[in-house]
Amino acid sequence: MKGMTPIVKVVARIVGGFIFIYGCYIVLYGHLSPGGGFAGGAIIAACFILSRLAFGTTASQEKSASISSSIFESTGGLLFLLIALLGLFVGGYFFINLFPSFGTPGRLVSAGSIPFSNIAIGIKVAAAILSIFVVLASTKYIFKE
Amino acid sequence: MLELIVLLIFMIAAGIVAVEIRDLLASVIALGAVGFAVAIGFIMLAAPDLAIVQIVIEVLSVVFFVAVILKTTHVDSTLGRPYKGEDVFTFVVFGLFALAFVYFGVRLLINLAPMSRELGQVASHYLTQGLTETGAVNRVTSVVLDYRALDTLGEATVLFTAVIGVLAVLRLEGRKK
Repeated sequence: MKGMTPIVKVVARIVGGFIFIYGCYIVLYGHLSPGGGFAGGAIIAACFILSRLAFGTTASQEKSASISSSIFESTGGLLFLLIALLGLFVGGYFFINLFPSFGTPGRLVSAGSIPFSNIAIGIKVAAAILSIFVVLASTKYIFKE
Repeated sequence: MLELIVLLIFMIAAGIVAVEIRDLLASVIALGAVGFAVAIGFIMLAAPDLAIVQIVIEVLSVVFFVAVILKTTHVDSTLGRPYKGEDVFTFVVFGLFALAFVYFGVRLLINLAPMSRELGQVASHYLTQGLTETGAVNRVTSVVLDYRALDTLGEATVLFTAVIGVLAVLRLEGRKK
């Protein structure tokens, strides 16, 4: 794929980083403001999809992106499960919040293991949506052969 | 409440347009209008967490559909064909299902407590004790990732299964054998 017109490329170059930072903000502040892992992960995936649509990719890039997004998705899912199992082995219950009173409520460092769960879900959702997009986009190389 | 009813009527009209129009690009745009109307409805019902997810997913799905349509074809060739015998069966089954749906929906609306006027026992516990028990200011997150975290794990598993299904159907290797 050659990519789109220069107008789209310039706009994508300016806007892409801001979209990525906004997604990270939504994930990290999920326990304070509206949002969380699912919403922030979808925004991060939208940033990657924007740059891939605007600049275009080659077959080898599609293949490496498919492998790396699969690895990130499995990592996110396993991190979320690890937080749950940590609650089981340390606190006694599956998914127990280990240190809920640590930090002051309303600040970034608070709410115990909820921010870590948000980060794990954010990685997982971003990689999942991106890997679905990459697989759908790389079918054109199958039809070309 | 009136704005919400107007929005719902707009969504039904856009849905009918999306099904009945012959140009597939216009159909996708009507589908996107339904999705953004759902997002506006979430904002009206004071659920910004859902509205953010709905807007992003709607943008992504419309982009996917438009990319597919630009690569393939604009015209829906299945519209306007004459009805056959199996279509009658579909109409009858769908009519029965719609009647049952309306009946149980009306019964549910009569018997349930009105929305967001009185809180149940569980909801009032979440609202009063949520901050001290979880430390999260956003009560939606405290429910999703602390009280009901097992449901979130199931949701993540559903997404994981969907990705595995797409990867298995559309994989690059193993096609040529």
